[in-house]
Amino acid sequence: MSASNGTRPLIGVLALQGAFAEHERALEAAGARTRLVRLREDLDELDGLVIPGGESTTMTMLMQRMGLYDSVREAVRGGLPTLGTCAGMIILAERITDGLPDQPGFGILDIAVRRNGYGRQVDSFEADLDLTGDERPFPGVFIRAPIVEDTGSTEVIVRRDGEPVGVRQGSVMALAFHPELSGDLRLHEEFVRLVRKGNN
Amino acid sequence: MAERNGGGAQKGTFKVKAGLAEMLKGGVIMDVVTPEHARLAQDAGACAVMALERVPADIRKEGGVARMSDPGLIKSIEAAVTIPVMAKCRIGHFVEARVLEALGVDYIDESEVLTPADEENHIDKWPFTVPFVCGCRDLGEALRRIAEGAAMIRTKGEAGTGNVVEAVRHARAVNAGIRKLQGLNRAELVQEAKRIGAPVELLEECQRLCRLPVVNFAAGGIATPADAALMMQLGVDGVFVGSGIFKSEDPLRRAKAIVAATTYHDRPDIIAEASEGLGEAMRGLEIPALSEDQLLAQRGW
Repeated sequence: MSASNGTRPLIGVLALQGAFAEHERALEAAGARTRLVRLREDLDELDGLVIPGGESTTMTMLMQRMGLYDSVREAVRGGLPTLGTCAGMIILAERITDGLPDQPGFGILDIAVRRNGYGRQVDSFEADLDLTGDERPFPGVFIRAPIVEDTGSTEVIVRRDGEPVGVRQGSVMALAFHPELSGDLRLHEEFVRLVRKGNN
Repeated sequence: MAERNGGGAQKGTFKVKAGLAEMLKGGVIMDVVTPEHARLAQDAGACAVMALERVPADIRKEGGVARMSDPGLIKSIEAAVTIPVMAKCRIGHFVEARVLEALGVDYIDESEVLTPADEENHIDKWPFTVPFVCGCRDLGEALRRIAEGAAMIRTKGEAGTGNVVEAVRHARAVNAGIRKLQGLNRAELVQEAKRIGAPVELLEECQRLCRLPVVNFAAGGIATPADAALMMQLGVDGVFVGSGIFKSEDPLRRAKAIVAATTYHDRPDIIAEASEGLGEAMRGLEIPALSEDQLLAQRGW
C-alpha cells in the first residue's frame, strides 16, 4: 500500500456506471485524492475504494466483461478499505434477495439485503438519519434503495427510526442511501479516516 | 407533489426525482416492446428500459396517432426486470401521465415520439410524485422543461431514423448555449433569458454550474457503439437507444457493445473491439428525405 500517513490518501471510485462523479467531489472535499476505476490497472496503489450507486446489474456485468470482477473482489477481500452505497452495498453483500437469479455478489459483507426493498421510484424518499455517536441528524436520500434485512455480525453505524441503513465490518462500510447527494460530508470524512487507519 | 408519510419520510421531492437520473448516468436506456426484449436489454447491461408498444422506426412507418402503451404491456415489462422501467406519454397529456404514475413506472418520458395531445402546453410536472424526462433541441427548450418540473433532460435527436446527426446538433446547441452564459453580467443574463425564452434563475444556475442543473442524456438516432461514444464525448451523461438495437441484425451483441462503448467512450481500442462483427445496423434514414410533418423533433416548443 502507498504511504498515506499525513498525505492525502488515494481513493478509487468504480466508474463503470452510476453516480461516481458525486463521490469524487465529496471525497476530495473530505481530504482525499481520487482516481476513476475502469480497468484492472486502475486498482494499483489505491488506499481505498468506493463502489457507487447506479444499477448493480449493469455494474456487475461490466466488471465481468472487462475482467475486473475478480480483481475488485480480491482487493476488497484483501483488506482494501471500501465504501459501498446503494448498488455498492448490494454488490458487497453476502445475501441478496430479489436480485437476478444469476447475479453474483462479492459475498464479503455479512448482511442480507433486498433489492428495491422500499418499492419503485415513487416510493423513493428523503429522511433524517441517526449516526452512531453523533447527535446531529444526517440527511438521507434513498433512491430505489435496498433494505438491510439482516445485519449479521456487522456493526450498525446508521439508523432510520431504529432500522439499520448503514453498517461496518472491519474496513468495509456500506450504506443503503446516497451521502454523495446530500451535501453533508460527515460519512465521507469517516470513510477517509477509516482509509488512513487501514493504511497505517 | 412532495408528500410526508409515517417516519418523517418525504417522497417525490425534486432531490429524489433528479437523484434517480444521477444513478442512471454513464448508462444506456433501451426501448423495448416485449418482456423478452426487456430481459435481453437487462442481460446486455441496460441501466433502464423504456416500455413501448412500437419502437419509433415502426411508429414512423405505420403512421396514425401514437399514444401511451397498453397498461398490461407496461406491467408485464415491470414484472420482467429489476432495473428501472420508463414509459412515454404524449406531450401535454397529463391523464396518460397519471395513469403511468399509477402503474408505478419509475420515470415518464413526455415525448415528441408520440402524437402531441396539446399544442400549447406541456404537462405541469411539479404535482407528480413520479419524475419526468423531456426532450430538447437547445438550452432554452431544456430550461423551459426544467421550469415545468422535468428532473432529467435528453436531446430530441430525430427518433427512429438511425441517424445521429440531429442528436449531435441538439447536444452541441445546449453546450453552446451554456458556454455563451459565461462572462455575462446580470443585465445581459436577463436579456439572454428573454431571447431564449427561459427563466433567468435557471440561466444563473447554468452559468454557475457550467452545465444543465439536471442530468442530460442523448437520444434520437443512436445506432452504433461509436454513435453512443460520440454523444458521451460531446458531454452528455448517458444515452437512450430506441430503434437502433431491436431493428439491428443481432440485438444482444449490439446492445452489449453500446453499453461498453458508453462506459469506455474515451477508449477507441475498446470501442473497436466491441464494434467488431456486430452484423447490420438498422438501415437508417437521411433527414432531408423526410417531409416536414415526418420530423418528430419539431413537436413541442
